[in-house]
Amino acid sequence: MKLNKTLKNMVVGASASLFTMGAIAAEETIKVGVLHSLSGTMAISETTLKDTVLMMIEEQNKKGGLLGKQLEPVVVDPASNWPLFAEKTRELLTQEEADVIFGCWTSVSRKSVLPVIEELNGLLFYPVQYEGEESSKNVFYTGAAPNQQAIPAVDYLMNDLDVKRWVLAGTDYVYPRTTNKVLESYLKSKGVDEKDIMINYTPFGHSDWQSIVTDIKKFGGEGKKTAVVSTINGDANVPFYKELGNQGVSSEDIPVVAFSVGEEELSGIDTKPLVGHLAAWNYFQSVETEINEAFIAQWKSFIKDDKRVTNDPMEATYIGFNMWVKAVEKAGTTDVDKVEQAMIGLSVPNLTGGTATMNKNHHLSKPVLIGEIQDNGQLEVVWQTEGEVVGDAWSNFLPGSKDLISDWTAPISCGNYNTKTKQCTGQSL
Amino acid sequence: MRNSLIILACLLSMLLSTAHASSDKSTQALLIELTTVKLNKAIPVLKALEENDGDKMLPLFNTLLKGQLYYVKSNKDLLSIEKVDGKKEYTDVFSGEALEPLATKLTKKIRVNNKLRRFLRDSIARIQLSSSEPESREKALISLLSQLDESTINTIRSLKVNESNTSVIELMDVAIAMYALSNSAEATERLQAVRTLDGRLENEVRNLLVSTVKNEADIKVKAAAEKSLASLEDRIENYQFVNKLFFGLSLGSVLLLAAVGLAITFGVMGVINMAHGEMIMLGAYTTYVVQMMMPNAIDYSLWVAIPLAFLVSGSVGVLIERGVIRHLHGRPLETLLATFGISLILQQLVRTIFSPLNRQVESPTWMSGSLDINPVLSLTLNRLYILAFALLVFGLLLLILNRTSLGLNVRAVAQNRNMAKAMGIRTDRVDAMTFGLGSGIAGMAGVALSQLTNVGPNLGQAYIIDSFMVVVFGGVGNLWGTLVAAFTLGIANKFIEPITGAVLASIIVLVFIILFIQKRPKGLFPQKGRAAE
Repeated sequence: MKLNKTLKNMVVGASASLFTMGAIAAEETIKVGVLHSLSGTMAISETTLKDTVLMMIEEQNKKGGLLGKQLEPVVVDPASNWPLFAEKTRELLTQEEADVIFGCWTSVSRKSVLPVIEELNGLLFYPVQYEGEESSKNVFYTGAAPNQQAIPAVDYLMNDLDVKRWVLAGTDYVYPRTTNKVLESYLKSKGVDEKDIMINYTPFGHSDWQSIVTDIKKFGGEGKKTAVVSTINGDANVPFYKELGNQGVSSEDIPVVAFSVGEEELSGIDTKPLVGHLAAWNYFQSVETEINEAFIAQWKSFIKDDKRVTNDPMEATYIGFNMWVKAVEKAGTTDVDKVEQAMIGLSVPNLTGGTATMNKNHHLSKPVLIGEIQDNGQLEVVWQTEGEVVGDAWSNFLPGSKDLISDWTAPISCGNYNTKTKQCTGQSL
Repeated sequence: MRNSLIILACLLSMLLSTAHASSDKSTQALLIELTTVKLNKAIPVLKALEENDGDKMLPLFNTLLKGQLYYVKSNKDLLSIEKVDGKKEYTDVFSGEALEPLATKLTKKIRVNNKLRRFLRDSIARIQLSSSEPESREKALISLLSQLDESTINTIRSLKVNESNTSVIELMDVAIAMYALSNSAEATERLQAVRTLDGRLENEVRNLLVSTVKNEADIKVKAAAEKSLASLEDRIENYQFVNKLFFGLSLGSVLLLAAVGLAITFGVMGVINMAHGEMIMLGAYTTYVVQMMMPNAIDYSLWVAIPLAFLVSGSVGVLIERGVIRHLHGRPLETLLATFGISLILQQLVRTIFSPLNRQVESPTWMSGSLDINPVLSLTLNRLYILAFALLVFGLLLLILNRTSLGLNVRAVAQNRNMAKAMGIRTDRVDAMTFGLGSGIAGMAGVALSQLTNVGPNLGQAYIIDSFMVVVFGGVGNLWGTLVAAFTLGIANKFIEPITGAVLASIIVLVFIILFIQKRPKGLFPQKGRAAE
């Protein structure tokens, strides 16, 4: 009987303490959703970003958390499956009640998340360079818009290398097609003749580049300085550069500037044929600043591998996370609407020695760097913009979006405000 | 610490001695300036160096062009650091003498960018004009054709007097004629220049003729230029045809390599082997592993990798046949599903062992670059070797099938299994050997493909469809059919591609095959007689 009583006491006590513990846990953590593919084709790139977010959360918790609470990561795996991105977002927002989500890589995954995050009023930080033509109240775009990557790169080629003829080569899908459309009308606005632009699309994973490289060589051999602007995606780059090297096209004759070749992509390939070609990003691992060196050291010790590299989307994640932390502190709450308003106008240091500022259109101000590929797989800066470039959600060089702006502050509060008709057109994407 | 001091002292004395030899203070100052100057201001420094001490600067310029020029941080001494077989070699830039290794921290690389490289190349060409090697002189002249100015032409004119090599003289004439055509005020001189340029294939000549036709005031010169240009265009077109043909043959050889193994397992044995692509992948990974094991002998790695890949893929093939396919004999649908499962297992296995990232397979130096036949036509060496390799493999396979007892047995079993069994042939063993042979050849294809494309878990997937396409198009069970089909598809693809673009070209080829198979279900070379039943 006595035993029974003590047992009963114990059970009650235990459950009570469990209950209070649970209550404390629920009260004292802020949930951070991580929506990056950990399996499937995109896992190669996205796993790194998941680790970056986890690293940032760990560091923030060491500093004592946020608003006196600990941050709790909620990692889900959308498995490179676009509809699953929407489902996992719903799960994060309704079941897990995540206060913020860091995630997505491809544009199609972002487009799949968009309706859900707008319906449930969540908050997403998107860290990858993209084609623009979008601005949602619930999304902060911390990667580059076309005017923060493609257009400055073209300016560099035009002004510093005196390029007169242009090959726009890309993989056949949304991002290259939109970017090339923007570039084509930009080039024409600068007086480049129609016949000095050659546009070429290839399928995913294309490996036989013989004819295309010969065409480029022929196109470039007509007396005017020629450059290739490459939006070729992923794997297909390696055989492309190899073929260029074998056919004797050197980076001095016809430089190739790429928008999707970074440190991570270069770490798995033989860089010999690529040396001297260019890449345009907002961050390079090789930039020598104290803050960057600290970040690289932190990353290497977190991932426990000295050979791992850092890259541009990681910096975008870093900026996004720090900015969100600052906004939550400023707003004093994790409430999405308040944090969203607090975000606008905030500045945090970026890793290249400048500051990143969040603009009214939910895009960042970023410096644009052009780097030359080195034989060790790193990129050396050869040119950079003076100061930061403000991200432009709606390109000024496309007829459909010329008059649109995005401004999420009162009185406009609209992602696609038409400056001519003075209306929020509602024409979403 | 003491050691490094001694080394520094050595370096210093060495540099002093070279400085003494050239006895030019400003060169010395310029060399020090080179280590501190910003990238966009480096060209004037290099220009001054060239003017001061042209030929002495040649090794420096070459080292800088290769990106191997470093300097010692403490005293700004220049040295060359080259990685040879994974080891760093330290040499003096000017004398080429070997130096003691220095700690990485003590040295800093002198960076170059494209503008500098361009300047360096031109500058080297200008210096090389008076080189003692005729080949260097020729190369120098070719690279100078695009920027001829008066001083260069005067140098060429004065050098021409003592030149003995005929092809160098020819190029000198071309350079002089080009300069005359664009700068001479005399119409007769320009006419003479056009005549000299007639028949040259250089790109610069063509561009010059195009602008002459457009801008020339003198009718005679214009007519001559038009005539030269027309015949030039004709010749270029002919060479481009040859070039396209080569591209087609090269694509065909890749298709042939990928498909010929399948032609045996699918064509001769009738097994729909969906894991064929993974046999290719295993071969490619074997190359990677071989290169990892012998990092200092990349040039020879392929010779080790080819037989090894044959063995690895071949034995995996035998295992699959013994373990799975044997039990599914005569049930094509189940075989298809089972081998598809095996292909997924192999892919995941590779992902687990080697990581999902692509692996780095290096190209040996003898496979990089191209064979330049003339300024218009150049054939890339790696493609050329792979074409030869594909034909060699095909020849060997024919030899095995037609001249060996294994081949005899294989053909017997393929024609009539029961009869062969009755004659005392161990059909089980022959099946295993045939499958092993087909897989082994796929492995060898993998070695070749590792030189062209990415080595990753998905490598096989990219080639399985193409392989089946070739085998079916050529006629199941006919090796010659596979050969013809591979080259037909390759050439067709490369001739359509320039017109329609890469995406549409492959679609058109696919549609063509569908229509062709409708008309002739058994492919190009159907089997005849009783064996066909």
